[in-house]
Amino acid sequence: MEWAVFSVFAVAALAGAGGVVMARKPVHAALSLVLTLFSVAVFFVLQGAHFLAAVQVIVYAGAIVILFLFVIMLLGIDQEDVLDEPLPAQRPLAIAVGVALFAGLLLVAGILQPTGAPAQRGSATQGDIANVERVARSLFTDFLWPFEITSALLVIAVVGAIVLARRGGPGTTLGDDEADVDVPVSGNGSHPHVGAGSDEGPSAVLEHES
Amino acid sequence: MSVPGAWYLTVAALMFCIGAIGLLVRRNALIMFMCVELMLNAVNLTFVTFARMLDDIGGQVFVFFTLVVAAAEVVVGLALIVSIFRRRQGATADDVSLLRG
Repeated sequence: MEWAVFSVFAVAALAGAGGVVMARKPVHAALSLVLTLFSVAVFFVLQGAHFLAAVQVIVYAGAIVILFLFVIMLLGIDQEDVLDEPLPAQRPLAIAVGVALFAGLLLVAGILQPTGAPAQRGSATQGDIANVERVARSLFTDFLWPFEITSALLVIAVVGAIVLARRGGPGTTLGDDEADVDVPVSGNGSHPHVGAGSDEGPSAVLEHES
Repeated sequence: MSVPGAWYLTVAALMFCIGAIGLLVRRNALIMFMCVELMLNAVNLTFVTFARMLDDIGGQVFVFFTLVVAAAEVVVGLALIVSIFRRRQGATADDVSLLRG
């Protein structure tokens, strides 16, 4: 039974990976990516990592791929990629590098053996504690400090994304930013930033700010 | 009967190599990004497999941190792509060749 599930989803994962690389349209690549990510979530379940499987589906297949699709829609869905190579040797070379990488990984896997050292952070499967509880115990005791640092990392990423994707881009002041947004708007009080009772136009608001 | 870890490792290695080839072959920045996600996922699968083979929960906790870093990376990277696309019509790797030294 486990073999059957594994084989089906191994084929699905590799097919999805191939789809990401070979899809002509970015949307198709994103959908193939969902297939691969979901298959990896199934592998996590098969290996007893239930918490990570849930996080994989929610964060990866949910949030990250949706973000990709948002950006694809934002940038224009109708364009197809040009698959012609300006550099004639690049594609064979890339495939040769990939095959060499796989051969190297197999070589390393064949030479090296796991040391069999005892688990440092607690067992992953022994006993009757649920997987979520095991991960939580390790995360909130041994890895508490890294866990706190990840929260800072996420805040920095959000701030960075806002700075980069703002209409003015980095290096512009707030005044330039607002001007860029408000110039096409004409007519008084139609802009959402202007208060309901105000009869000053957007340009008047701008003058107050600058 | 449970599947031996070597099979999972093989699938993960194949996924990693397909992602690497895609990163080298494709020119669309979005698809190159998806290939990076593919490689990250292959590494995550390797971590979970070794966590089971060596019976150590540390591998799974590490995957948790990788997920956080991947999420942050996608957020910033997609913001960069949108920002590049605003300046010039196209988000291929050739469009940012002005970055070369």
